Amino acid sequence: MPRVLLVEDDPSVREGVEIGLLRRGHEVLAAETGEAGLEALGAFRPDLLLLDLMLPAMSGVQVCCRVRETSQLPIIMLTARGDGSDIVVGLDAGADDYIVKPARTEVIEARIRAVLRRIESPVDARPAVERHGELDIDRAGHTVFTSGEHIALAPSELKLLLYLSAVPEQVFSRQRLLEEVWGHSYHSDVRLVDACVRRLRTKIEDPSSGPRYIQTLRGFGYRFGPL
Amino acid sequence: MPGATAAFGLRTRLVIAFLLVAAVSAVTTAALTYREARSAVLVRAQDTAVASFREEVEQFVPSLPLDPDSLRWYLYDIAARAKPHPWIVFAEYGSLRASSGDRPVSGVLTQELRRTTLTSPHGSFERVVKDGSAYLTIGMPVMTRVVAGGDAVPSGLVLFAVMPMTNEEVDINALVTAARDGALPGLAVALVPALLASRSVLRPVRELRRAARSMGGGQLDTRIPVHGRDEMADLARTFNESAARLERSVEELREAGARARRFASDVSHELRTPLAGMLAVTDVVDEDAGTLAPDTARAVRLISAETGKLAVLVEDLMEISRFDARAAELNADEVDAAEAVRSTLSGRQWLGRVRAELPDGFRIRLDPRRFDVIVANLVGNALRHGAEPVTVRLSVRGDVLITEVHDSGPGIAPDALPHIFDRFYKADAARTRSSGSGLGLAITVENIQLHGGTISAENAPGGGALFTVELPFDGPASGCGAPGGPLSAQSGRRPAAGRARKETTA
Repeated sequence: MPRVLLVEDDPSVREGVEIGLLRRGHEVLAAETGEAGLEALGAFRPDLLLLDLMLPAMSGVQVCCRVRETSQLPIIMLTARGDGSDIVVGLDAGADDYIVKPARTEVIEARIRAVLRRIESPVDARPAVERHGELDIDRAGHTVFTSGEHIALAPSELKLLLYLSAVPEQVFSRQRLLEEVWGHSYHSDVRLVDACVRRLRTKIEDPSSGPRYIQTLRGFGYRFGPL
Repeated sequence: MPGATAAFGLRTRLVIAFLLVAAVSAVTTAALTYREARSAVLVRAQDTAVASFREEVEQFVPSLPLDPDSLRWYLYDIAARAKPHPWIVFAEYGSLRASSGDRPVSGVLTQELRRTTLTSPHGSFERVVKDGSAYLTIGMPVMTRVVAGGDAVPSGLVLFAVMPMTNEEVDINALVTAARDGALPGLAVALVPALLASRSVLRPVRELRRAARSMGGGQLDTRIPVHGRDEMADLARTFNESAARLERSVEELREAGARARRFASDVSHELRTPLAGMLAVTDVVDEDAGTLAPDTARAVRLISAETGKLAVLVEDLMEISRFDARAAELNADEVDAAEAVRSTLSGRQWLGRVRAELPDGFRIRLDPRRFDVIVANLVGNALRHGAEPVTVRLSVRGDVLITEVHDSGPGIAPDALPHIFDRFYKADAARTRSSGSGLGLAITVENIQLHGGTISAENAPGGGALFTVELPFDGPASGCGAPGGPLSAQSGRRPAAGRARKETTA
């Protein structure tokens, strides 16, 4: 069962979520502040970070940025609906998904599972490493290189890239991507997709020209290529 | 004259009044001047003529018996001394007629003059206009010599003088022309002060109108500059005072409304945090309830179930608060309407219970999450309070997408229809809090309005309740989610007033 580091300042939410996840077999370490959470990362080595967006001293967004400096640990933010632009800031900081509080444990667990789920690599005769222009994608090893250099991708970024590049030039609507990559069952926030695409582009695209790998089709969605 | 008042503007009426006054005074002055001048000119000429003619006649001693030839010579004599204008002298004695002109009898002399002359020893005169020319005619009886102790008696000989008054006519005509030529430029000059005066009245009126319109448009800080101390200045001052009072009370109302909304929002926020903790552990409680003593298990299940409802209620309250604070965000995206509805139905495992008539190809710009809320609330409402089968139908009319949700239940009670979109309205007292917060349809309405659309509810002709949502294809018109004036929050895009609405506790 996954190890979850929970950073939440409110005692009742912290305890409630901890009890719920523990009950479902997760190993949970609950931290009260962002600083305590960052400190616990090294020793606890969680599989996933459940991070409250509104923390007193160091905000969830700041924690998110600090984690992303060194690690591609899956991050799910806990937010309140109506936090609005804070959600976008959190997603841009590198969070993979978010959960609106209050939420039942089954919802939280389902979201955790979805983020940790790996994209199944197609079982066919494809080569282990696909080459698209300067981009090398190792589907089996879940690694990506541009010009031979390893690129660290957060789980949602990697999954999105693998999903899009599996069928180059096919257009996927943002709703479809939400369902397939994020495992959201029905209409939710397409800003998840947009933020993830933004992050992915800053990592793999050439900043001096327009997007080459992840292309936008206004009104329809995104596609990989054509190169 | 309400007709004329309506037909002409204030400026026109002021100018017309000014010109009328100017015209009346000019005409009156001209008329009086004309009359006085005319009589002065005429009387002077007339007096001179009568006096000199009388003098001539008095000195005239004709030799008797009257001989027409010598008489004519006398007449020539008198005619030569005409004053002030030339005259023609006629003499009548019995059947004898003589004159200084080329005809012995004048056509200008009247019988009236002849008669009065015979009876008056001092003669008489008359002004005659013939063929457009004016003449002064004077008649004088020639008297016998005065004998001692006796009166002079008429000799029977009468002399008449006929003097054309051409010069006087010319003078008087010149007067009329002068009066007319003076009056017209006078009227034109009067136009200038008329326009100036109307401007000085109209400018404050225009300012007042502009200010009133600006106030009506919501600019409550509009004020008018006050000039001088006249009635217009008083009006401006009164306007400014009323505007200030209005602004103050509107401001107070606004603050009270904002306080109330803030309070609702704060309460929901405060409730949400403990609820988040409680909701996270309801699963644990539910799972273990079976192992508890029956009473405890019931109590625990009750707490768990109510926690879930409370969480929904608080979320709905927060959502309503955001609408009230105009803080609701619209994240529009272009989607296929049929796909969106199908996704809502399948996500809630309703596909088997709902008949869907969803033609593909209606691409519309909307907020998918909010559209999901709209469809889910209406379908959930139909499934809970109506009866199956429930139908969801998409269609297009003009530039709006129509989403209809129709159930096969008993429909909506007529007295409930006008209130079903009200917050916390329960159509059926026996069905209190079956589920949901009582805010479902209110939130639905807000979401639809955020898209610039409308919703209506009615009882379908074949039975059952029918909800119709109309959303514009080109997306929300403008400024959605942008904070507007709190007072305008409830105005504008309400559903059509005459149309019916339905209840929910979705």
